Amino acid sequence: MTKPAPAAASSVSTDELDRICSQVRRDIIRMVHGCQSGHPGGSLGCTEFMVALYWSILRHDPKAWDMDGHGQDLFFLSNGHISPVWYSVLARSGYFPVAELATFRKLNTRLQGHPTTHEGLPGVRMASGSLGQGLSVGVGAALAKKLNGDPHLVFTLHGDGELQEGQIWEAAMSAPRHKVDNLIATVDWNGRQIDGDVDEVMPLGDLPGKWKAFGWDVLTCNGNDLAELIATLNEAKARTGQGRPIVVLMRTEMGQGVDFMMGSHEWHGVAPNDAQAASALAQLPETLGDY
Amino acid sequence: MAQYPILDQKDTRSGFGAGLLELGTRNPDVVALCADLTGSLKMDAFAKAHPERFFQMGIAEANMMGVAAGLTIGGKIPYTGTFANFSTGRVYDQIRQSIAYAGKNVKICASHAGLTLGEDGATHQILEDIGLMKMLPGMTVVVPCDFNQTKQATIAIAEHDGPVYLRFGRPKWPVFIPADMPFEIGKAQVLVEGTDVTLFACGHLVWRALQAAEELAKEGIKAEVINVHTIKPLDSAAVLASVGKTGCAVSCEEHNRYGGLGDSIAQLLALRMPAPLELVAVNDSFGESGTPDQLLKKYGLDVPDIVAAAQRALKRK
Repeated sequence: MTKPAPAAASSVSTDELDRICSQVRRDIIRMVHGCQSGHPGGSLGCTEFMVALYWSILRHDPKAWDMDGHGQDLFFLSNGHISPVWYSVLARSGYFPVAELATFRKLNTRLQGHPTTHEGLPGVRMASGSLGQGLSVGVGAALAKKLNGDPHLVFTLHGDGELQEGQIWEAAMSAPRHKVDNLIATVDWNGRQIDGDVDEVMPLGDLPGKWKAFGWDVLTCNGNDLAELIATLNEAKARTGQGRPIVVLMRTEMGQGVDFMMGSHEWHGVAPNDAQAASALAQLPETLGDY
Repeated sequence: MAQYPILDQKDTRSGFGAGLLELGTRNPDVVALCADLTGSLKMDAFAKAHPERFFQMGIAEANMMGVAAGLTIGGKIPYTGTFANFSTGRVYDQIRQSIAYAGKNVKICASHAGLTLGEDGATHQILEDIGLMKMLPGMTVVVPCDFNQTKQATIAIAEHDGPVYLRFGRPKWPVFIPADMPFEIGKAQVLVEGTDVTLFACGHLVWRALQAAEELAKEGIKAEVINVHTIKPLDSAAVLASVGKTGCAVSCEEHNRYGGLGDSIAQLLALRMPAPLELVAVNDSFGESGTPDQLLKKYGLDVPDIVAAAQRALKRK
């Protein structure tokens, strides 16, 4: 098989990315409000990461999307419940019409509550929702890229609560074993999960130390600071191809960007009512036009 | 049975190993993963011949299923190998979400299925795996009956686009299917024609059904023997054609009576052609340690059990 030429990542200013983040956050609030269900907290907290990933880091071509993704960087969302932010980012970056965001979680639509390949939504290569499975998938997809001689990378995103699943650590063991050095895992390290703080529900202990002990190259950053995030993700890319998988632990705030959703786990999976949605949207300028 | 002389005594897992080796040479997209049971699954030859396409995954089956699902993204055809219990019950959610619901082209290859695993006992003798797998939308379930057919099936499932559960076993067992007998997923095989009662069987019990048909012949009963090597999709046309002729049936399997081959045939007959049906299957229990022959006898899956079930079915006509 011939090696595909690397697709170029685009270069967008952080000011422009900031404007996109505001619109994505509006989309999240409006989607979750529109169907009165879904997970706004983690979606809002991961907005900077997802925008940076799709506009600045990934080498991808939405118009050339197919399941196999030869010649493209791949992304797998393992914590599938934050589908609102992913759907918004996929639509806003050209994978499907922005107007389709209005169909989130509704009957006979492609925007299922948790992401799926089952309905043929462009941009989605794996079903997720039952937690802990995406790192294994990322390892497999990265191994396939190596077998195919494709120099592109595989990215995954996980919640920190999700790291309580045993399969994550099975996958963490297997990646160094097979020298999967074309994989960058990222963790939404917000310290919160449905029942409360991660430290109370099931502490993760020394998280960077755990990943290091499993043989990973570990980077940490503020996941809500676009400039720091992009610099860290670029550093992660620079460290690929050196025999080890890379994990980026991103300190984030659940509910970031909406004042009354921050500082608590309460908005993990709760939809705002009409007044709350209006209050949230008043804090988020419409920059690209609502769907 | 005169019509099917014993050609050899070989384990079906070795048929899998032989098929995987041949397939690996033929199809460069085929990759194999194993959870620390390479010798037991007879995957060593593939691992030696194609080391770059063989992945040792350690004792971590959930991860193995997820990695296999990921390998399909990029066009690979992954074959996972471990015992049937660890191929299904232990990793049901991984198979359900990352393979079946996601529609990934993973071949889940499961050895040491059923009671004939023998001395290891009930922790390893899964009797619920066919049911677990056939309930998953889009999953194809194949249970070949001897070495030759397991080799054929291993090769054939690579050509089928979609998830497959391939079930085989541990003990040496009579080889009686000619190596050149055509094998097609979803097409049951009429091994012996008869007019009085149909014996449907899968896996190791196909040989027992052939022996039972011979015993029944001594009593003047003409039993038709059908090898239902594909449990899902069930060859409904073959089942209905045979029962339409014989008027009654027995199903034989090394599985719990709930969820297996008998369950599928019972549903089909109840919906389309009500007829007497007797089940030769494990009666909703776990297994135990023993030799394969001892266990098949104790749990009612032996030749006399099939003969008695056929006689009961005939009386109900």
